[in-house]
This record gives sequence, C-alpha cells and structure tokens, in this order.
Amino acid sequence: MRLYIIVAIIRSYIAVETHNIMEREFFNRVRNHPKYHELVQKRGRFTTWLSFLTLVLYYAFIAVLAFNPGLLGIPLMAGHITTVGIPVGVLIIVLSFVLTGIYVRRANSEFDELTRQIKEETR
Amino acid sequence: MKGWIILLAMAVASFLLPHLGWADALTGQTEKQPLNVIAVVMFLIFVAATLGITYWAAKRTKSAKDFYAAGGGITGFQNGLAIAGDYMSAASFLGISSMVFLKGYDGLIYSIGFLVGWPIIMFLMAEQLRNLGRYTFADIVSYRLERIPIRTIAAFGSLSTVILYLIAQMVGAGQLIKTLFGLPYEWAVVIVGALMILYVAFGGMLATTWVQIIKAVLLLSGATFIAGGALYYADFNIEMLFTKAIDAMKSSPLTDHKTLVAANKNILAPGGLVSDPVSAISLGLALMFGTAGLPHILMRFFTVSNAKEARKSVFFATGFIGYFYILTFIIGFGAIVLVASNPQYLDLAKGTLVGGNNMAAIHLSHAVGGNYFLGFISAVAFATILAVVSGLTLAGASAVSHDIYANAMRGGQVNEKTEMTVSKVAALCIGIVAIYLGIQFEKQNVAFMVGLAFAIAASANFPILILSIYWSGLTTRGALLGGALGLISTVTMVVLSKTVWVDVLKNPAPLFPYKDPAIFSMTLSFFGCWLFSITDRSDRANLERQAYEMQEVRCQTGIGAVGASKH
Repeated sequence: MRLYIIVAIIRSYIAVETHNIMEREFFNRVRNHPKYHELVQKRGRFTTWLSFLTLVLYYAFIAVLAFNPGLLGIPLMAGHITTVGIPVGVLIIVLSFVLTGIYVRRANSEFDELTRQIKEETR
Repeated sequence: MKGWIILLAMAVASFLLPHLGWADALTGQTEKQPLNVIAVVMFLIFVAATLGITYWAAKRTKSAKDFYAAGGGITGFQNGLAIAGDYMSAASFLGISSMVFLKGYDGLIYSIGFLVGWPIIMFLMAEQLRNLGRYTFADIVSYRLERIPIRTIAAFGSLSTVILYLIAQMVGAGQLIKTLFGLPYEWAVVIVGALMILYVAFGGMLATTWVQIIKAVLLLSGATFIAGGALYYADFNIEMLFTKAIDAMKSSPLTDHKTLVAANKNILAPGGLVSDPVSAISLGLALMFGTAGLPHILMRFFTVSNAKEARKSVFFATGFIGYFYILTFIIGFGAIVLVASNPQYLDLAKGTLVGGNNMAAIHLSHAVGGNYFLGFISAVAFATILAVVSGLTLAGASAVSHDIYANAMRGGQVNEKTEMTVSKVAALCIGIVAIYLGIQFEKQNVAFMVGLAFAIAASANFPILILSIYWSGLTTRGALLGGALGLISTVTMVVLSKTVWVDVLKNPAPLFPYKDPAIFSMTLSFFGCWLFSITDRSDRANLERQAYEMQEVRCQTGIGAVGASKH
C-alpha cells in the first residue's frame, strides 16, 4: 500500500517535470519565432509612440497651467468670453478617446492576427 | 453560517435604523429636508432590483473565479460600462460638478487628469493585465517574484487606496442622503455600508459588475438630461451659458462665489487650484498614474475572457467617462446659472448650498426637471455610491483573502471555499471600517480625498506593477523596498500636509508644503525599485531575471493565460 503511494508520487512528479520541460520548450519555440519578434517590436513601437503622444498632450497642458496659466484664459474670439482653455480641455478629452480607438483598431486586427499565426506555427 | 446570520442582521438593521433616525430627526437638528417620497420610492426600487441581482448572482457564484472575476465571462462592452460605473464615482459626479460650480475652469483640470490615465492604461497595461493576472494585480507582480513579501506589500497598497477612496464615497453618501431623506449623516453612512457588504459578500464580482452596469446607464442618462436642461436655458449656446454664469455669479450670495468675485477671478480661466509648478505636475502625476494603480479598476480586467475584450473594455470606458466629464462641466456652469440664484437652494446663514456645496448637481436636477427628476437623480446618485463602494470593498476583500490569506499566509495551498469565506468576512470588516471612517471624515472635500487615494495608487501600486511587466531587472528586493518607500513616503507626506495635519489634527501649520506628494513619492518609489534591484546579487534575483523571458511570452501572446470558465 505504502509502496503504491510512493510510486504514485514519483509518477506525478515525473508528469509535472515532463510538463514543465515541454512547456519550456514550447515557450522557447515561440520566443525564437520570427513573427514573435515582429509582434513585440511592432507593438512596442506603436504603444511607445501613442503613450508618448498622450504624455506630451497632457503635460504640455499641465506645463501651461504651471508656468503660464494666463494663456488658457485668453478669449477664443474677440468679443467672446469663451476662453481658449475650454476647447483645449475638451480636445484633450476627445483625443484621449480617439487614441484608444486607434490602438484597438490595429491591435484587434494586425497584432491579434500575428499572435494567432505564432500560436498556430509553434504548436 | 454564522457570517450569514450577522449579515442578515445587518441588513435588517439597515432598514430599521432609518426609522430610529427619523424619531431623532423630529426632535433634533433644525434644518431637515421634507421627505421626498419619489426619491425614496425610486431608491427602494433600485435597492430591490440590485438585491434581486445579488440573489441571482449568489446562486451562480460557486468558485473563487466566479467570486473574484465573475467567471471571466463579461464582454468588452459590458466591462467598459462597468469600468465607467466603477470610475464615475459620487466624488466625480458631485465633487467635480461642484468644483466647476465653485471654481469654474479648475474643475475641468481635474476631469482631464482623471481621463488621461485611460489611454496609458490601454497602451501599457490592459491586455498585459489580462494575460498575466487572475484575480488581483498582485498576481502579476508575484508572477516571477517571491510570493510572501510581494503579496504583502501589494495588499497594503491596495488596502490603503481602497480605504481612502471608500472614505470619500462614504462622505458623499452621507451628505447626499442627509439632504434627500432628512436623515442624520451617520445613519446614511451605515445604510450604504450595510448594502455594499450584502452585494459583495453574497453576490461577489457578478453582482458588483451588474450593479455597476445598471448604475452607469442610469447616471449617463441622468447627467445627459441635466446638462441638456442647463443648455436648454441657454438656447443650446455655450457662450450664452458662460455669459449667464458670470452674471449670476456677480449676485451670488455664496461665500465661495463672493470670494472669487472680490478677487476678480475669471471662472473660464485656470484659477487657484494649481498655484505653483510643483503642485501642478504633482497633481497631474497622481491623477494620471493613480488610475493605473487603483486595485478595484485593475481587478475589472480579469472579468473578461481575453486580451481583445480587455482592449475593447478600455475603449468603451474611455468614451463613456470622457463624455461624462464633459457633462459635469456643463452641469457645474448650469448650476451657477440656475441654482446659485435661486433662494430655495441656498442656505444663506452658512453661505453655502442647502445640504452643502457638493449638492450643486442635485439641486440643478430639481431646477431643470422638477420633483420627479430630482427623485430620479437622487436615487441614481445613491446607486452610484453603492456601485463604487461595492467595487472598492470587493477589491479590498480580495487583497485580504487572495493576497494576504491564501498566498502570503498559506502559500497558495488553501481550498476555494475557505478563501471565499475569508473574503466575505474581510468584506464585512472593511465595511465596518469604512462606516467608522466615513463618519470621522464628514467635513472633508470629497474630490480632494479621492486625490489622496490616487497619490498612493500612483506611488505604491503603479511603479511595482509597471516595472514587473516591462523591466526584466526587477527583483523581489527592489519591488518590496521600492513599493514600501512609495507607500510610506506618500502616507507621511499626506499626514504632514494641510489636509490632515491642519484640517483633521488641528495643528496650526502644515509640515509638508504641497497638497499632492506624487511627484516626490513616485520618484522615490521608482528610484527605490531600480536601486534595490540592480544591487541585488542573490541567486534568487538571478532566477527572477531569467524568469522574465517566459513571463514576456505569456504577456505578449496570451499563451498560458487564464481563460473564461464554462458557464
């Protein structure tokens, strides 16, 4: 009885180890696949650009607030009281949404297709 | 079984307490509001509906995955609405519209800061969270780092954020219901606390998600109507709305408006909110990266089935939230025109609005839509608070049960039923703490309290999360010390700043000069993570660096990610 348990433990240990080794090999196959590099590079570049754009957009706004707030208080048109700051503020909100849309569009088509191909070709 | 009895007792108490409160109200304070029957009826309908959902969700919540992540079966659109529901808190609705009402343009600065965190979450985190995580953001940080210390620091970060944010919500709830029902502030807080405990403990993530979805739809439609009403009075001409607002402000009897007029401030231009460059950048950092470190928001990414749905969630959420913030801006100006000039909404003795200045949006709903619409909006605002506090409580309870109990204390070797029981008890405890602190912090500005929660999220949670995803060099020692440095420095600076040191502890002068510590605490945290990682020469640290490769494959492709459960 005890022997049976020991054998079972050893067997499950071997199964787990085999699984780990197979998984590691599979991960290595993915990692060395040229399309994986393409995916990582393309997405990395794309998200870096988009993040950079968002940060510039927002911190330019914050910088104006901090160093020259009067700029946002200038009337939009002569004789009007609506200031430049209002459309600028609304524009930042709208652009934030548009930027997420741009990312989703490319990621859901191009990046997901690449991922699908990588999975299929490394199986 | 015992836990259920206690919860039931609390539920019963929450419905009985108002009556006790009423008895006191009749003899006690003088300025009680008349009972708004419509609001009460609409609120009761909402409570009945959500308790129905909770009952339905409770029957479907069998596994830990159901409890923490609604089985992973929420769609991108639903999750987008739920995220919006989670994020458009009472502090946003009441706090920001009242900030616009009191200060004009400065309110918009807050809104923008709250929104721009979303694109960043989309580009850097949404699908990565989905691919690497399971129930809490600590799952991701501890993917290759050592479980016990990392789970502990992440749980502390989560709990601090959750508690601070909860206080802000509770304060909003208390003020709102006081104005609505004529109930003492304390009873209102207790009712909210009891209901949120019920939703979370019995219905888990599934009930919480649906409460948030319903609330988001109600709030977006309600706010659209209020803003539309305000614009209607200005012939749908925004220039005319601003002109009327500036005119109305000149004759406004409110103390804050008088101060602005006396100082000759233009409410259409940036004002005193951002007084110096350090505060401006600090506030900007806290708002932007705080969003990316809020545990109840991060948790929502585990409820969808894959990376594609995670992306869609952020897209829809950003759209709904952005639209909502534009509405709050219009609502704030509408309130200056229609509320500040109408004696029935003014408390002349105090120089504020009836029920406090946070009630601007609520009073405006009455001004544009009459009693029925006021009832509707009041019920919606109440629902808003309930939805947000439920999400927060669930996130806090998960940090206790999944991170501290199941993983840090029991090494992941714990059965699901026990873990869920711990989570339910934790929800009960967090609820009680929130009720107590909500009462203590009655007089604080709610939007500002949220700012504090964001600073902690940005300086303690965000750095270790983002570095664990993107920097292979991060080690356990680096994450632990960096995270702790961020958490401790934020809390210290917040305690020594004016908000707590002067306003709460009644000291004469603040020891830390800035309102928002994020610029210092985030820098400290990132620097700590970097320094203590690169100097970590242990064998374990080398293994952790090597393990990044496998993590990256899973992060990029979703291979090995936890999928949706079958039902």
